[in-house]
Amino acid sequence: MIEAINTNPVELKYALEVKNLNFFYGSFQGLKNINLNIAEKHVTAFIGPSGCGKSTLLRTLNRMYDLYPGQRAEGEINFYGKNILDPKQDLNLLRSRIGMIFQKPTPFPMSIYDNIAFGVKLYESLSRAEMDERVEWSLTKAALWGEVKDKLTQSGLSLSGGQQQRLCIARGVAVKPSILLLDEPTSALDPISTAKVEELVHELKKDYTIAIVTHNMQQAARVSDFTAYMYLGEMMEFGKTDELFIKPKRKETEDYITGRFG
Amino acid sequence: MINNSNFNQTIYNKRRRSNWLGLTLSMFAMALGMIFLLWILSVLFIKGFSAIDWNMFTQSTPAPGSEGGGLANAIVGSLMIVLSCTLISTPIGVMAGIYLSEYGGKSKIASITRFVNDIMLSAPSIVIGLFVYAVLVAQVKHFSGWAGTIALTLIAIPVVVRTTENMLQLVPGSLREAAYALGAPKWKVAFSVTLTAAKSGVITGILLALARVSGETAPLLFTALNNQFFSTNMNAPMANLPVVIFQFAMSPYDNWVDLAWGGALLITFVVLGLNILTRVVFRAKAKG
Repeated sequence: MIEAINTNPVELKYALEVKNLNFFYGSFQGLKNINLNIAEKHVTAFIGPSGCGKSTLLRTLNRMYDLYPGQRAEGEINFYGKNILDPKQDLNLLRSRIGMIFQKPTPFPMSIYDNIAFGVKLYESLSRAEMDERVEWSLTKAALWGEVKDKLTQSGLSLSGGQQQRLCIARGVAVKPSILLLDEPTSALDPISTAKVEELVHELKKDYTIAIVTHNMQQAARVSDFTAYMYLGEMMEFGKTDELFIKPKRKETEDYITGRFG
Repeated sequence: MINNSNFNQTIYNKRRRSNWLGLTLSMFAMALGMIFLLWILSVLFIKGFSAIDWNMFTQSTPAPGSEGGGLANAIVGSLMIVLSCTLISTPIGVMAGIYLSEYGGKSKIASITRFVNDIMLSAPSIVIGLFVYAVLVAQVKHFSGWAGTIALTLIAIPVVVRTTENMLQLVPGSLREAAYALGAPKWKVAFSVTLTAAKSGVITGILLALARVSGETAPLLFTALNNQFFSTNMNAPMANLPVVIFQFAMSPYDNWVDLAWGGALLITFVVLGLNILTRVVFRAKAKG
């Protein structure tokens, strides 16, 4: 069912390899036998109608589901060859390597500076000067430095929605993860902020592997290199974004991306 | 009159009448409550203000039959007892609240703790006074400031536990997830993120507990008792406002009765001040 990406002349390195992944909410099966590879330093988008399991899939990749009893995953997710579904996996360490940005901006109730420093302090001990540098670096990465450089001591909650979301991205970038998971990062934002975040995704993929869940097909087409179309917990089609949007291999994918779905 | 062909005058009139009736009844109920509140406050102000003077804060309670006197020993005693009660009950109450909200969840031990806490919350304070009398005062054979502190602490803790848990529950799960997503361990998420987000709510709970215990009389009667003299020894019987008011108000001496009114007004001001402070703290949070 899943088409391998072997048309690429350059040999791709995979950051994550998902093999035969099944996911359960109690007795309900949310994901059915998912197989896909997420290429290093590329953007992979998950699209599909509500409830198709795209967010669920994203939340297995950093084992966010582990916070909730009754949710479990079976199969393999290899992160540079190491299976992160291994019960012995240290989850805090894993999440510092695979960061996540959420739908709603979630600045912590502390200053802009401390919002960034919070995550960094967990795994690194930096001098004040080094921390200042890291804060500036990550805010610059998130295209927010110019707007907040004079008010780093103000509460993160004082920023606008779009700025808050970029602060959250800066916070995620600051801990220097290897992968960033974005769960509908622009669905609560206005069009201008959305455009900024999309630009940012484009910039960030130079250094990070990115997986993004989106409701917005145009967004997937704009920002991603690979796209996975999911439906009812199954991976219907996965391939290069250009190919999937221009000539989808399956009728269902075509119906969805042309808006004839349902 | 109204552009609706289905308009029914009878139903409309009926609704108007029941609206009027409901409004009148609730206004009456409110007026009843307000009248008594204003009555109590006006009596308190009239009798209390005439008793308040500088001597009240500088002199200790007078001996029977002597003139003048003040409440200095009772004010200091009350402050010491209530302050030490706050210092003990805050960490215990907040930690228990964090446990219930962040760690316990629906587990059996958390459910039992919650249930027992709710019982403690509504336990008559005189029972708590008797309990401390039986297990502490009767054993060491003397009343003390510490015994009073312990009794008040037992009353304050459930209030702090309850509000802390409720306030932490109001913190959206997405904020916790965001902290976990950075690789933060659970205790760090609970203390640095969730508790910070709920800070003003938790402080509100502590202030409410403080307001509650600062007017308690019954538990102190059996524990701190009273002391005619100025004393800062927490191991000895200690003067405190509620018990002084209780004893002086029923005494035959006019200057004692006056001091009781003055003390009552003082406590009312403190409780009122704490309630206003609570609202200010809570409003500051709403502005972010």
